[in-house]
Amino acid sequence: MSSSAATAAGRKGARGGADRTPLPTWLAGLLRGLPVLPSVVLLAVFLAGPIGYCVYYAFTDMQLTGSSGTHFTGLHNFSRAFGDPDFTNAVELTLMFVVGSAVVGQNTLGLALAVLMEKASKPVRSLTSAVVISAWVLPEVVAGYLMYAFFYQQGSLNAILRFLHLPQQNWLYTLPILAVCIANMWRGTAFSMLVYSAALGDVPRELVEAAEVDGASAWQRLWRVTLPVIRRSILTNLMLITLQTLSVFGLIYTMTRGGPGNKTETLPIFMYQQAFQNSLIGYGTAIALVLLVVGALFSVVYIRMLKVEEG
Amino acid sequence: MAATDSVPVAAAAAGRARTRVPAARTRRGRTRAGRSVINVVLLLFSVLYLVPLVWMVLASFNAHASFKLSVPSPTTANFRHVLTYDTTFHPMLNGLLLCGGGTLVCVVCSILAAYPLSRFRSRLRRPFLYTVLFSTGLPITAVMIPVYSMFVQVDLIDSMPATTLFLAASALPFGIWLMKNFMDGVPVVLEEAARIDGANSMQVLWRIVLPLMWPGVIVVTIFTFISMWGNFFVPFILLLTPEKLPASVSVFNFLSAHDYTQYGQLSAFSILYSIPVVMLYLVLARRLGGGFALGGALKG
Repeated sequence: MSSSAATAAGRKGARGGADRTPLPTWLAGLLRGLPVLPSVVLLAVFLAGPIGYCVYYAFTDMQLTGSSGTHFTGLHNFSRAFGDPDFTNAVELTLMFVVGSAVVGQNTLGLALAVLMEKASKPVRSLTSAVVISAWVLPEVVAGYLMYAFFYQQGSLNAILRFLHLPQQNWLYTLPILAVCIANMWRGTAFSMLVYSAALGDVPRELVEAAEVDGASAWQRLWRVTLPVIRRSILTNLMLITLQTLSVFGLIYTMTRGGPGNKTETLPIFMYQQAFQNSLIGYGTAIALVLLVVGALFSVVYIRMLKVEEG
Repeated sequence: MAATDSVPVAAAAAGRARTRVPAARTRRGRTRAGRSVINVVLLLFSVLYLVPLVWMVLASFNAHASFKLSVPSPTTANFRHVLTYDTTFHPMLNGLLLCGGGTLVCVVCSILAAYPLSRFRSRLRRPFLYTVLFSTGLPITAVMIPVYSMFVQVDLIDSMPATTLFLAASALPFGIWLMKNFMDGVPVVLEEAARIDGANSMQVLWRIVLPLMWPGVIVVTIFTFISMWGNFFVPFILLLTPEKLPASVSVFNFLSAHDYTQYGQLSAFSILYSIPVVMLYLVLARRLGGGFALGGALKG
């Protein structure tokens, strides 16, 4: 579909160029914009279309089986969701997951690593970033598998704790949400680390040195000089990792499938289970819509901070 | 599409990172003591971070692998066991078709879209760019259920071409955004000469602009491919027939089917499945040389 549209656009463009008589401005403008068409079609059909569908289905009682009986049910799905303790549980877990693993975990660890790496010797810096980045590059199902193995009762984490004479746990049963949070930190910190490494490289050295001459401690220099200078990077990074963490599915699903019980059932997992295991497409879609709206809000804030250049 | 998904910032930062300057050389004595403490902290952290990866590699060469971190009596049996058409090559081929096709469509469409967005002024330009940027932030996970219902209605469930196009569309906003930024870096002056010689927009794009921005195109291509290769949820929802599943889903089914007992084979398969993206990432890191690079390439 897209390739034929692309060649059509090319042909039209060619004709417009060969034709020496000047075209009306509106037509010329249209022809110049034509190459955007394949993308617009793809985005309209595969992204805007489903989102429109989402808004519609969220107000129906559509089910996987017997779709002929789909009725418009107004706000029923939403009132049901807000009265459903499982939904409330999913919202709480999602908040814990996003705040714990992204806002606190990835963000702080990424910043700490970037700050420390600036002062470390070169081989150590290379090793650290290579290790952190390799966890990031791995496909999410593989990361989930590795983290499952790490937290398993006979796994590496308990072996390390035993070696250090610390108490061990059956992590995936006693503290599953902590396990998936750490897993997401393990996997995602590289992104924050890269953002902050680049941002720190842009901090004017004179500023930091001036503070040092004035007798500011390393901590004060970080808190009072460096962090305010990279404020925008911090906000952008927070926004992006929040959006990424909000939609994490594969990692949690591979590790726990939302269990035990519903102890790691974040919104994406809850949505999936309602739609496909309980066959309640309408209800699942309403949850998806909630997730989309939250994502859209973060996305708007993010755009306002980034600002597309004038033109 | 979790972590490797939307990274305008990191990519934008990559260019700037090259201007890094060496850390201050003043007050050497004090910083040296501080530096060794920092080195030790980072080394310990790296070792801890490395444990799950080391476990995977050791388990893949261990005939009796368990979740314990143990030094194996080396064997390549696990690899030999999974290196069959059904287990490895077929899912990898499916992944290549889905992700390769998706990447191709995404890259071609984003080149075409980026050109007018980068070169021509129009009232629609800014709203379009805002929409594109907005879409990069939308959680694709949330779109999957409506996509599923839509695909069921038009009978596209379990269709590899449809899944490929959906993958392409989901990667497109970020592709357009990144491509446009790379294209902005190509000076317009060169195009004017070609235009005077009578070349049209498309000729200018393919003959003048693209050859000057190959590094950018390669970055977008590799990046798109890596994120699609790791994507689990999209094929998991949209494809049903086992023969059509890519490696991301088959590794998951492998996990479930073997009930976590064949750790050695699972690890071997996980390694084989991860190799393509790791290799591509290394190429990407070398290309960008800056903030994206693996530590050694970070000029400091």
